[in-house]
Amino acid sequence: MAEQGAGPAETGTYLYAIGANTGVDAEPWAAAGRPAPDGVLGAPVRALAERAPADSELVAYVSTVPLTEFGEEALRRNLEDLAWLETVARAHHQVLTSLMEAGPMLPVRLVTVYRGDEHVRAMLRDRAAEFADLLVRMSGRKEWGVKVYAVGEGEPAQAAGAGRARARRAGAERAGAEQGGAGRAGAATERPGTAYLKRRSESLRGQEERRRRAMNRAEHIDSVLSRFAVATRHHRAQDPRLSGRADLMVLNGAYLVDDGLAGDFAAAAAELREDDLEVELTGPWPPYSFTISDSDDDATRVAGGGPT
Amino acid sequence: MNGESRQPAQATVGTPTYGGAQGSGREPANLGDILERVLDKGIVIAGDIRVNLLDIELLTIKLRLLIVSVETARELGIDWWEHDPWLTGSAAEPRELEEENRRLRERIADLEEARGGAELEAGGDDDGGAGRRREVTASQSRPIRRRASESSRRRG
Repeated sequence: MAEQGAGPAETGTYLYAIGANTGVDAEPWAAAGRPAPDGVLGAPVRALAERAPADSELVAYVSTVPLTEFGEEALRRNLEDLAWLETVARAHHQVLTSLMEAGPMLPVRLVTVYRGDEHVRAMLRDRAAEFADLLVRMSGRKEWGVKVYAVGEGEPAQAAGAGRARARRAGAERAGAEQGGAGRAGAATERPGTAYLKRRSESLRGQEERRRRAMNRAEHIDSVLSRFAVATRHHRAQDPRLSGRADLMVLNGAYLVDDGLAGDFAAAAAELREDDLEVELTGPWPPYSFTISDSDDDATRVAGGGPT
Repeated sequence: MNGESRQPAQATVGTPTYGGAQGSGREPANLGDILERVLDKGIVIAGDIRVNLLDIELLTIKLRLLIVSVETARELGIDWWEHDPWLTGSAAEPRELEEENRRLRERIADLEEARGGAELEAGGDDDGGAGRRREVTASQSRPIRRRASESSRRRG
């Protein structure tokens, strides 16, 4: 594409979120007497207000980015660079977090880039009805994350690896020791291995049982928390390397909760904690998990669950 | 709607992190939490300049693989990106058990072979030799960053 040789002067418009302009100010930071938040690469966030049909006014929150880094070719490259991705993801998230305080808004997926502001405005006009509808649904609500860990159930990753490495070493040492003892070589080749295997599968079976119990209790926690929420979504359980914890994650839920119920929700989460079942609450998050507009299965649940 | 009423609630409610894993309070800064939201979720709008969505989906899968590289994951007996414990309950576990048994049998065969070799070479008095050799194999996990660049090379 054209940006292949994009010079430093060529820029694009990076879109973070869509909000509703309720008349006070399209720039919530200005209303609060603060400078514009920094977007990706430190560029200030700007607000593009666009009058939409039905008297609503939508606002797109954007910043200017160089195409040398955010052009299509550059993106393909950069998105595979974990360090680049982390920096951009954090900046993106930071912008949304600061906007969230001002009112309902729809987070846009990472790295949505336009050739210019005018294109963003056109998109706002095209999809105004859909956005207005989603904004009403998000109004006065936020996303909360709840992760439940089965404490001590260290498999399936680090702990398992360490355990197995230890077992291997122990097995090798045993083998070495027997070797020194000499003589009964024939019997020794069979027995330590078989006995070890047996012990190992017994312990795995017990572990399976404990994990199943933990899963059941996590389901219970989820159903209790869901009662406070307008909508619920389940994220994939995180691997220990992602969560930074060796304990097995048995629930990774997202809950869209009315602001008025946030305190009750947090209290309920705290109460559900057990000795061997840790409940970790994160948030409030921008409603990332509840603004998926493209025909996503779970997203449809949002539509069904009104605020009673 | 009216911005003023919603600020105080957040300040008081926004802090708890039970279990105190990361006492970061207001800012849920865990990279995994952020990535699973900004990459997988959020409203999807076509930009003019955009790596198409399919690529983004692939990317998130690839990212998960990077964070636990495929080989490391297999070595550890997990393929969690296919068998989400939340979605599949314990369905993945019998498989895991089978897999583990298979791997252990292989490992034992290796050990016994290595031991036989050591006996031949050292005449039976080199006790720790086999053990040390095994340890090298056990700790061959590679850094994530290297896996990342490998995968991009393979792709290009």
